[in-house]
Amino acid sequence: MLPGLRKALLAPLVAAVAALIVSSIALLISGNSPQEAFVEMWKTIDSTESVVLIINRAVPYYIAGVAVAIGFKMNLFNIGANGQYVLAALIAAWVGTKTDLPAPLHVTLIMFVSVVVAGAWAAIAGVLKVTRNVNEVVATIMLNFIATGIVSFLLAEHFRETETGGLVAQTEVLPESARIPSLNRLVELTGFHFAPGVRLLGFLPFAIALGIGYHLLLNRSRFGYELRLSGMNPDAARAAGVNPKAMIFKTIVLSGAVAGLIGMHYLLADPQFYKFGDQFPKTVGFTGISIALLGRNHPAGIIAASLVWATIERGTQRLSTLGIPQEIGPILQGSFLLAAVIAFEVVKRRSDAAAATAAARAVHAPPAPGPVLGSGATA
Amino acid sequence: MSVTTFQPVEPVESSRWWVPSPRYLPLFYVLVGIAAMSIARIGSDNSDLTSSGTFGVAIRTAAPIALAGLSGIFAERSGTINIGIEGMMVMGTIFAGWWGWEFGPWMAVVGGILGGVLAGLVMSVATTTFGVNHIVAGFAINILAPGVARFMSNELFTNQPGGSVSNSPGNRGDMGRFTMPFLSGGDLFGWKSPDVFGWFERQGWFFVSDLGALLKGLTANLSLDVVLTAVVFVLAGYVIWRTPFGLRLRAAGERPAAADSLGVSVNKMRYAGMAISGGLAGMGGAVLVLFANRYQQDQVAGRGYLGLATMIFGNWRPLGTAGAAGLFGYAQGITLRTNPELVVRALLLGAAVGLALVVALLIARRRGTAAAIAAVVAVVAYWAFYVTEEPNNQLVFVTPYVVTLVAVSIGAQRLRPPAEEGIPWHKGSL
Amino acid sequence: MSTVTTTVPLAIELRDIVKRFPGVVANDGVNLSVRPGTIHAIVGENGAGKSTLMKTLYGAHRPDEGTIQVNGIERHFRSPKDAIADGIGMVFQHFMLAANLTVWENIVLGQEPGKFFRLDSKGARVRLRELGRRYGLELDPDALIADLGVGEKQRCEILKILYRGARILILDEPTAVLVPHEVDELFASLRELTAGGATVIFITHKLDEVLKYADAITVIRDGKTVGEVPDPSSVTARDLAEMMVGSELPSPEIRESTVTAVPALEVEGLTVTEEDEPDGRRLVDGATFTIHRGEILGIAGVEGNGQAELVKALVGILPATGTILLEGDDISHLPTQERRARGIGYIPEDRQKDGLALEFTLWENAALGHQRVKPFAKGVWIDRGAAHARATVIVDEFDVRTPGIDVQAFTLSGGNQQKLVVGREMTADPKVLLAAHPTRGVDVGAQAGIWDFLRDARKKGLATLVVSADLEELIGLSDRLLVMLRGRLVAELDPSTVTPSELGSYMTGAKEAVR
Repeated sequence: MLPGLRKALLAPLVAAVAALIVSSIALLISGNSPQEAFVEMWKTIDSTESVVLIINRAVPYYIAGVAVAIGFKMNLFNIGANGQYVLAALIAAWVGTKTDLPAPLHVTLIMFVSVVVAGAWAAIAGVLKVTRNVNEVVATIMLNFIATGIVSFLLAEHFRETETGGLVAQTEVLPESARIPSLNRLVELTGFHFAPGVRLLGFLPFAIALGIGYHLLLNRSRFGYELRLSGMNPDAARAAGVNPKAMIFKTIVLSGAVAGLIGMHYLLADPQFYKFGDQFPKTVGFTGISIALLGRNHPAGIIAASLVWATIERGTQRLSTLGIPQEIGPILQGSFLLAAVIAFEVVKRRSDAAAATAAARAVHAPPAPGPVLGSGATA
Repeated sequence: MSVTTFQPVEPVESSRWWVPSPRYLPLFYVLVGIAAMSIARIGSDNSDLTSSGTFGVAIRTAAPIALAGLSGIFAERSGTINIGIEGMMVMGTIFAGWWGWEFGPWMAVVGGILGGVLAGLVMSVATTTFGVNHIVAGFAINILAPGVARFMSNELFTNQPGGSVSNSPGNRGDMGRFTMPFLSGGDLFGWKSPDVFGWFERQGWFFVSDLGALLKGLTANLSLDVVLTAVVFVLAGYVIWRTPFGLRLRAAGERPAAADSLGVSVNKMRYAGMAISGGLAGMGGAVLVLFANRYQQDQVAGRGYLGLATMIFGNWRPLGTAGAAGLFGYAQGITLRTNPELVVRALLLGAAVGLALVVALLIARRRGTAAAIAAVVAVVAYWAFYVTEEPNNQLVFVTPYVVTLVAVSIGAQRLRPPAEEGIPWHKGSL
Repeated sequence: MSTVTTTVPLAIELRDIVKRFPGVVANDGVNLSVRPGTIHAIVGENGAGKSTLMKTLYGAHRPDEGTIQVNGIERHFRSPKDAIADGIGMVFQHFMLAANLTVWENIVLGQEPGKFFRLDSKGARVRLRELGRRYGLELDPDALIADLGVGEKQRCEILKILYRGARILILDEPTAVLVPHEVDELFASLRELTAGGATVIFITHKLDEVLKYADAITVIRDGKTVGEVPDPSSVTARDLAEMMVGSELPSPEIRESTVTAVPALEVEGLTVTEEDEPDGRRLVDGATFTIHRGEILGIAGVEGNGQAELVKALVGILPATGTILLEGDDISHLPTQERRARGIGYIPEDRQKDGLALEFTLWENAALGHQRVKPFAKGVWIDRGAAHARATVIVDEFDVRTPGIDVQAFTLSGGNQQKLVVGREMTADPKVLLAAHPTRGVDVGAQAGIWDFLRDARKKGLATLVVSADLEELIGLSDRLLVMLRGRLVAELDPSTVTPSELGSYMTGAKEAVR
């Protein structure tokens, strides 16, 4: 187990060093001290409050990472998670404001609507891929733009709130029954108390459940077996009785449906929102791609990746007060990602070669001269 | 021993004069399209649908998309799937914004190309040298590039008058313009030559005036970077099909093992392909900067992906890609006209008419299912034209993406990508 | 060295070549001497190291030890480019042609006529026509490779190396895909070349060809040279075979028939039409046959005559018309999954492409194709315990050499991968087994093992369909033989009386029989 873990950590460590070097160079060019910047970043994240904020930030990233990873596992690139979850969150928010139900049911209904809408929106790309052979990258990107248009249309014309006289392009605020409470109470049961104003948002358990579900689906279920098989070797999958088109369609829809949960964190559990408006985060789907790549589509890897991503964002937040450009954050993230995908490949190739050599050595024994039939005098 | 078949002998299609041979099919569709638009122009009484001004904007908006598509051609012909075009265009915009502000518009183009080449080479290190999955590497470029651009723009522009972290102060000077003499009324040594296309356009005749407007739009009052784009396209076609380099490039994407077995370095070709691809994408970014006269954050706005779609629609060929970019550029261009709602409404009528013509063609070819689907879409388009007085503004802006998606869905059937694109090549896997 | 000698130096002289790959020694001290102007055959079993040796000579990789001399001068090739410059050209077993480029483009690639900025396509066409006329290798320079037949592709490959002025031609298994008259044509062209002073080296394991066409023979076994025969008329096929295999050949065993009268698989009028083309060619044309319990039915045919499609149609991967009855039940309209669940075992032609997921572990591969049936499926879950147990059984009973069942499939050698596939299908207890090339690319030991497994299963009542290009295998294993030609089953033969050459003439259509 340990060598496996070491193998898993080697590539990210190398990548982290590379990313630090690249961003240090950028900082030096811009006339800043890398050391000062990194010390400040450390100070920003080195508190309980920061840890909670980082977790809150990482939760939707994790969900987005899983959504994208489901597709990646089958070599399907769903880069349309943005459009899927934003459209879904808007419609779910509207449904939530138009219904009145007891708390658990209300939340369930809104989440259900969101998952269905997002899955249905993704299904368009699935249909186009399966019936018209349209590349899913192109299809989902176009659907992102189209979803953006539909969202601003719906928000402007039909779903706009009326309380402020419709001045702000946003939906009405969800009622109490449609909100997921923070986990502070639960944490306090353990005797630990957060500083005032610090809230561990309530969507975390859903993300954890999703992670477990993703793991079980992928590594324990028949569907997951066939999904991984189809991604690895479509021909063998076909010979094993997997219908490739059905598999593609199911995977895209599933990926979209999970993406439908991304917005629910903000909509149902984040007091900053409880509504869909201009401020609603709209690009977490893209973040999910980085997270999935960085986490190697692995249930635990995606946890680590989403925390790293959130940590970098949190860490760079206060840099500008020191006159250090906080734009170093995206560079740190981008170079980390690029270095990581390279490092993963190099490490994988090395360990594959090592495994092949080890296997060949382990079985090295002269082949038993068995009875030989027709050594091919003709054929 | 003969195989008995019971199928009746199909009539030879080309023997019917009214069914075009496949070779001229694209041209045929263009003519059908113009006719449909002409009917729609008259039917909706909106001359802006096919005015030379609209076509002029269309070619302007098409140019960066076309360059992105050409960028994709060079990458994929050499065997690398390039999802990173978007990021390379972003690098093009920041460098073009910088050099355009420091040195002027022509250097903006040079800077844009340089920025794109850099990004292309970085991606090639990952894909060619390290064999990283091409889509993964491309996406990493798309994540990295905006970060670098924002960092650079923060360093370069924030403290400049008119500049900020999200835009450059503006280009130094303007690029010249070109109008074709004798045909579109261009100046010749100070003498204003006749404007033949313009005259036809003003007559308001069916088809002829629309064709005149199209030709005038393509030849009048063009910014020189658009002219340069056209030149680049001609050059690219020549390089790909008529030079030893082009042959080697294509071989690297079609069958790298064959190239390698003949001593052609696949990796060299793939690096070259990615450098050119990056340069073209960067040039596309520069064209955007020249259009807006400054660098703006998020200026690329998905044109890299639109470019990929044009490449696919254009079957990995420069001419087809240019045509597809023209279509997408038109769809985007009309949203920039005054009263885009009305133009889009007229376009719906055009789509309905065009589809009706396609239905006729499909019935002639006995493709019942396809004809039925096209007929339904035609009816829907006509219905949308009929019921909407003025389409909603937000929805108007999705037009180019809907057009792209529909076009790719119709056209993605008989396309043929380079045979071994996307497969990392390892030296010694002979 | 510098003294003038009257003897002509050898065209090729390889001394003590050693080439190692991770975990294997492919060449372990190979020697080869080739006289100029001759056709020299290199023979050996699959995996003996012939292709590795030729790639070394062609500069595709560098030897770890040993020397290469070309025309008496020692050479160190760093890439094929160096070998080409020295007048060496190679035709690979899998053609190195880009399907979507034209003939002339494929040929001039890398040594294009014209200038940097101008490809002289006219000049290229003229030269190719001229080369083709001179050596009897005529081809339309503007044809797309994708539209060519196998023989034409090979001509294109040979033209490619002649265009480069090669004087030493290496051909890796050139006849594997050719029918006999094409083989004759090929060697006629090669004779023409050697008459002009060129040297030809060809790799094969078909001994009749060697004796018929070669001027000299080198035999390789287990990466070593085990025999050099300067005069082929002094040896027999049996001598060569024994050198290749390294032991006395057993005489074909006499077996008791286990064939019963109970039909296991009944196929009637099975027809596969070329995909995407409503009026397409019939790849399989009305195949009708029955396999009984305890019977091995062999399908013989030159590759590309519909055998592959027949098997794929039976397993349900290719759409087909006609009826298929499995123990009396109609399965013609069932999907692949359902057919396999009902007892159709499938050993695909290409194990790495269709038969295994190379990155899956052995135990995951043990469930492949059976993932939705017991014992592997437990509700919606995969029963990992059952998969582990089955993998252990396969590894033990089918002699899969592996350090464990948790390693990934790609770490196994080809033979062990194949044993894994065979073991998986056999342990799933099928009623009918479809085995396409069950021993292709497998070393001798594993081959014998697989044959034994098939015979044992037959004894227990399994009905087996074997498709193979190895005629000895077909004759040795089958109870009955059908010959497939251009999609049709054209002859039924008794393997106990038919000879390979007789079978060959049915396969090529030289001889016809009424079924």
